[in-house]
Amino acid sequence: MGPLAPNEIISENTNFLIAFFIGIGFGWVLESSGFSSSRKLAGIFYGYDTVVLKVFFTAAITAMLGLLFMSLFGWIDLDLVYVNPTFLSSAIVGGVVMGAGFIMGGFCPGTSFCGAAIGKIDAMVFIAGLFIGVYGFAFTYGWWEKLYLAKYLGEPKVSEKLGMSDGLFGLLLIMAAIGMFIVAEWAEKKFAREEY
Amino acid sequence: MNSNSTTGRSRKYLNPYLGGVLLGLVLLAANYVSGRGLGASGAIKSVVATTIETVDKDSFSTMPFMAEYAESHSGSPMKSWLVFQMLGVIVGGFLSGAFAGRLKLKVEHSPKITSRRRLIFALAGGVLFGFGSQLGRGCTSGSALSGMAVLSLGGFITMMAIFGTAFALAYFFRRNWI
Repeated sequence: MGPLAPNEIISENTNFLIAFFIGIGFGWVLESSGFSSSRKLAGIFYGYDTVVLKVFFTAAITAMLGLLFMSLFGWIDLDLVYVNPTFLSSAIVGGVVMGAGFIMGGFCPGTSFCGAAIGKIDAMVFIAGLFIGVYGFAFTYGWWEKLYLAKYLGEPKVSEKLGMSDGLFGLLLIMAAIGMFIVAEWAEKKFAREEY
Repeated sequence: MNSNSTTGRSRKYLNPYLGGVLLGLVLLAANYVSGRGLGASGAIKSVVATTIETVDKDSFSTMPFMAEYAESHSGSPMKSWLVFQMLGVIVGGFLSGAFAGRLKLKVEHSPKITSRRRLIFALAGGVLFGFGSQLGRGCTSGSALSGMAVLSLGGFITMMAIFGTAFALAYFFRRNWI
């Protein structure tokens, strides 16, 4: 039963080897969906290209449903699957800083590596910025430590917080995503731009 | 569909909904194998931690954020799941670009701005994203996407903060993109 590495069904080194192959799949899908182009990524914020929204939400829903079904069939123990902890303050402030970086730089970390892999110099410069930013945070950590650790809520699920089952929340998320996809398809026609 | 080059180029990209399902399956595989989702900024942190440790061991001890991280990774911080995964991302991205004929050394930017301006904003954006990813405990991949798949409250909040802020600021940076 999964997850394989935490259940010690595969060794640490096998896990690392599989990580490499999973990464190849990750990079391949990102690049072939157009995520190696900052123009396509930034399009979501102006409506001319909404590929980010479509890929992102379809992926989150696919993985969420996959995990729920695999748990239902007894193929994976969800108690052993990592749920990101929630530190309310840093989740919001960190997200705001990342959002500003996104609209200025046109990439996020994963997509910048895809862009750099096919020769985008802007992506390589963005990556150089990432290293500076990560180092900068570590260097000045003392200033942010309080914010970093504030409002720790444990590892709550959204569904728990809203007092509904995982399945019901999943259904609502799918309906919300379909609504956004309809708006996205309309926006791409209304705000169409020439490619460059 | 104004010109042939436009249709020809866009046809080469995957249908976004198909791309999303495939990305979701990759994320599902990551969870099934390792018990954790995908990530990108974590690998950068590993490289930064290793670099500081190698170059200047003394300053490392004055950086509790990095020292703690290195301690939690037995052996070398480079021996981490995300480092191997990110090496794969570079290979996968390169292969996809090679098969689609998209390998080209260039600065991609709107014709309305110079390469120089694009690169300055790319650097600034990278710095902010790198900083924010450490404060927010993960980036779009590790915190937002992977967090959402396991229904993490923090994942949803970070996702909304990233996209909400970028939408809110889009007006001020519009010259760079449209």
